[in-house]
Amino acid sequence: MSLSTLLVLADGRLPAGAHAHSGGVEAAVAAGRIHDVPTLESFLLGRTATAGVVAAAFAAATCRAVTAGGSQPWSDPRWSDASHRLDGFGGLRGPVSNGVRGEPGEAGVGRVATLDDGVDVRTASPALRAASRAQGRALLRAAARIWPAAGRPTGASPHHPIATGIAAAAAGLGPPEAALVAVYGGLTGAASAAVRLLGLDPYAVHALVARLAPECDRVADDAAAHADDPVDDLPAGSAILLDIDAEQHATWEVRLFAS
Amino acid sequence: MVSEGSGRAVRIGIGGPVGSGKTALVAALCRALAGELRLAVVTNDIYTTEDADFLRRAGVLPDDRIRAVETGCCPHTAIRDDISANLDAVEELEERLGTLDLILVESGGDNLTATFSKGLVDHQIFVVDVAGGDKVPRKGGPGVTTADLLVINKTDLAPLVGADLGVMARDAAARRGDLPTQFLSLVGDPGAAPVADWVRDRVTAGSPAGPLHHDPNPAHTHGGSAGAG
Repeated sequence: MSLSTLLVLADGRLPAGAHAHSGGVEAAVAAGRIHDVPTLESFLLGRTATAGVVAAAFAAATCRAVTAGGSQPWSDPRWSDASHRLDGFGGLRGPVSNGVRGEPGEAGVGRVATLDDGVDVRTASPALRAASRAQGRALLRAAARIWPAAGRPTGASPHHPIATGIAAAAAGLGPPEAALVAVYGGLTGAASAAVRLLGLDPYAVHALVARLAPECDRVADDAAAHADDPVDDLPAGSAILLDIDAEQHATWEVRLFAS
Repeated sequence: MVSEGSGRAVRIGIGGPVGSGKTALVAALCRALAGELRLAVVTNDIYTTEDADFLRRAGVLPDDRIRAVETGCCPHTAIRDDISANLDAVEELEERLGTLDLILVESGGDNLTATFSKGLVDHQIFVVDVAGGDKVPRKGGPGVTTADLLVINKTDLAPLVGADLGVMARDAAARRGDLPTQFLSLVGDPGAAPVADWVRDRVTAGSPAGPLHHDPNPAHTHGGSAGAG
């Protein structure tokens, strides 16, 4: 594992579309739930313990599946299915399950598709499902150019944690690093959005990020330790307010972030 | 998917400061060109649907040919450092509408340092206006200095704001060397004829050397390290 490669994948400047997503911060700011650094800290703790844990688990498991499968994960017909492509102004839409795929639990191809389903059923909000697939698509676009082993069928829009695992595997990283990129990216993306929306002191926010970083390590280690678990046994934490906020946010006439 | 044979649509970026008339210029170009070219518009206005709604209300382009993208408070990031949302929008339009001749990508209003990535557009137009001050061309910046076409808009306002068009023309020439500068007033020329001619010439020349976003040789990269958002 290369530490410098991990930094490349985890860098907020990676052109993978993250800057346009607030991780729920824009809606929480509008609702008054985030208005200063302490309220941001509460939000980030809750987000990391729910969405962060799920993203880390699925990124780690996907990375393991791709590495163990020894081949690129794109043979499943779902990736060329129109339902997983961009759908007009509504963004990305995909049904919970469609098409033929490998046996659940199978290493490699079938396992990745099953993991993608696993993220779907853990993401109650259609707006968040669309946002996750949009970010997955963008990450895959970047990864395929940087590490060609990632591959990129036209229109393929895996969930963001799935794309993170695929990108990490293509970069030569392992499940712990894939998980760390997923949970740390969720943390810094949301923190950065708060800086931009509220004009918070960037030093105070980065001090907060540094305080929470060890929690990312812990989450990533846990995710990597369970990278081979059955999909049904992987974490399924959710934050109801994130789901509700995301659905409302998607209907706003004026918004600065895609989610 | 890239269209076969002659390649994909020519992509032209239209950038410039807030209020300089980018959206009005896009509307004018659509009015002038929609009858002869298969075209679509991607708009990056930070208010998401406002620019697109303006274009719809102006009746210059059907709804389904306009896509708005959110830029997360960073309009320059979306057109320069991380172009993925714009590329998604471009791909979606091409996939849904079939072969296109021209895609206009309008940036959100930004500052004089904002330019488009060569990974997103083939050519770019930078729009400033006389009401922003006749010193703007002298201030330079990448937009004024390097855009393939500099449009100095709202010349009808020059007498009202005390702007000296001669000074602007001289400074623009000094900053831009051989690159063209076009004075424009949509009050007197609602079709933006000289700009439409310039765009038409770019489309006739075709898109250079195939796709920007589907590189057949992934080992070859364009674009460099990204700046901060």
